[in-house]
Amino acid sequence: MASSAPGAGLPEYVTRRAGGFYRSANPSTKLAIAALEVVAAFVVPGWPGPLLVLGAVLATAAAARRLRGLGVIALAASPIVGSILLVNLFLLPGASDPIARFGPLAPTWSGLWFGLQTAARLFAFSAAIALVYLTTAVDDLLADLARRGLGRRAIFVVGAAVQMVPRTIERAGEIVDAQRARGMDTEGRFWQRARGIVPLAAPVVFGALTEVEERTMALDARAFSAPGRQTLLRVPADRAPDRVLRWAAVLAVVAIVGLRVAGRLG
Amino acid sequence: MAIELSAVRYRYAGASRPALQSVDLRLDPGRVLGVAGANESGKTTLCLVAGGFAPGVVGGRLEGSARIDGAETTSIPAHALALHCGLLFQNPATQLSNTTATVFEEVGFGPCNLGLAVSEVIERVWWALKTVGIEDLAPRDPARLSGGQGQLVALASVLALRPRYLILDEPTSELDPAGTALVGEALARVAAETGAGILLVEHKTEVLARIADEVVVLREGSVALAGPAAAVLADSILAELGVEPPARVALERDVRAAGLDWPAALAEGIG
Repeated sequence: MASSAPGAGLPEYVTRRAGGFYRSANPSTKLAIAALEVVAAFVVPGWPGPLLVLGAVLATAAAARRLRGLGVIALAASPIVGSILLVNLFLLPGASDPIARFGPLAPTWSGLWFGLQTAARLFAFSAAIALVYLTTAVDDLLADLARRGLGRRAIFVVGAAVQMVPRTIERAGEIVDAQRARGMDTEGRFWQRARGIVPLAAPVVFGALTEVEERTMALDARAFSAPGRQTLLRVPADRAPDRVLRWAAVLAVVAIVGLRVAGRLG
Repeated sequence: MAIELSAVRYRYAGASRPALQSVDLRLDPGRVLGVAGANESGKTTLCLVAGGFAPGVVGGRLEGSARIDGAETTSIPAHALALHCGLLFQNPATQLSNTTATVFEEVGFGPCNLGLAVSEVIERVWWALKTVGIEDLAPRDPARLSGGQGQLVALASVLALRPRYLILDEPTSELDPAGTALVGEALARVAAETGAGILLVEHKTEVLARIADEVVVLREGSVALAGPAAAVLADSILAELGVEPPARVALERDVRAAGLDWPAALAEGIG
């Protein structure tokens, strides 16, 4: 690879740019759009808010070829969303329009309606955030935040938080394998699986804490706490359309919240 | 110009007894000092004290004198320690910044923290990758490397800061034989090419036999044995100190114990 030869400047795999309008958008622009979508999903009353946001996120994900990733995240969110739906279906306070009766339990139409609406809001929320994650390289996000003056410690916290999930899953997998090798039954019925979580949780938590100490020293050994500005090898582009979109999103958030506070959104 | 520990006694905060006591040690630039010892003998603590990270970063109480190039380690700020000592730990996964997409950027993380010009960062990254022998890994994702490759990237990452001393805490302990061979070769190259003083804590005495000039063996926080590597690693007391001698030494001992000759040609052939 000619551009990766020593002395030829930054290699192209460092200066790379993502393709497509949304994927190549500035990370801060994507965050601003996601913030607008979250606010719209929760602040706009009734169905229009969550449905409009879900439509916008799905269309953007399709254009960015990230529908499949979004599907996986929706699947991961479904247990929480499902439980919220069930709780509202059976236990919505003040609901008095039963669909049917099962002994002491009586699902209600208003509970179903409210539960579906809340589920739609939660799906819209998680999809909006997930789309940013699916279309933005972590280092792009961190470099952009650094350029905007966020301190390196704060940036590291953001980076570590984003990377923590896959690392914890990986570590849990290693520990499950080790526990199985020592005869622990981690498969089968629900109670067998639940019992397997107890000896898994402690090593994952304590292991993560130990890692934090070692990671902190390793960072110090790499001059992480050096004073002054950090050199940025690659700064994500911030084009005119990015800036227009970002400000439009910020103004829209202010407008939606203002209209809601003023009681103009119904 | 050296790392010098003189009558060092170090106790972790809250610990009932010292982790190191009466330790005297000297590491000169261009030399490789091996450190061996059983578990809990104080090897990792020695690394932290020699590198200035204890008590500076991890706390605890240090008595005696620990100096890097004449300056007491307690007077050197944490970020400046990185310019004196590159510190490498056992687990490659905890040494990566987790904020970079390529090995090139990962190795550049330290120089970027120093605020160096981009051209200087690029020059240092290529130099470190070349010295360790992993230029071909530059475009790879640091999170998707094997253990041996990850440790080499971590080594290149500390080298890119161009420290005068490298302190390596069991860099091959989590690696398979292939990974150990990779790291061992890289360390030999680094020792020969950079002129850095290397303090290498290592259970695998084969690695020490190959690259160390002198070896120190610790027992319960004190120096139990010290001297030229060949002499220390062949000392019969080594096993009592919880250290396996190199295979060549063990074989020679077994052959002689069986009343057989140990031919010079065989010794040379094994290395």
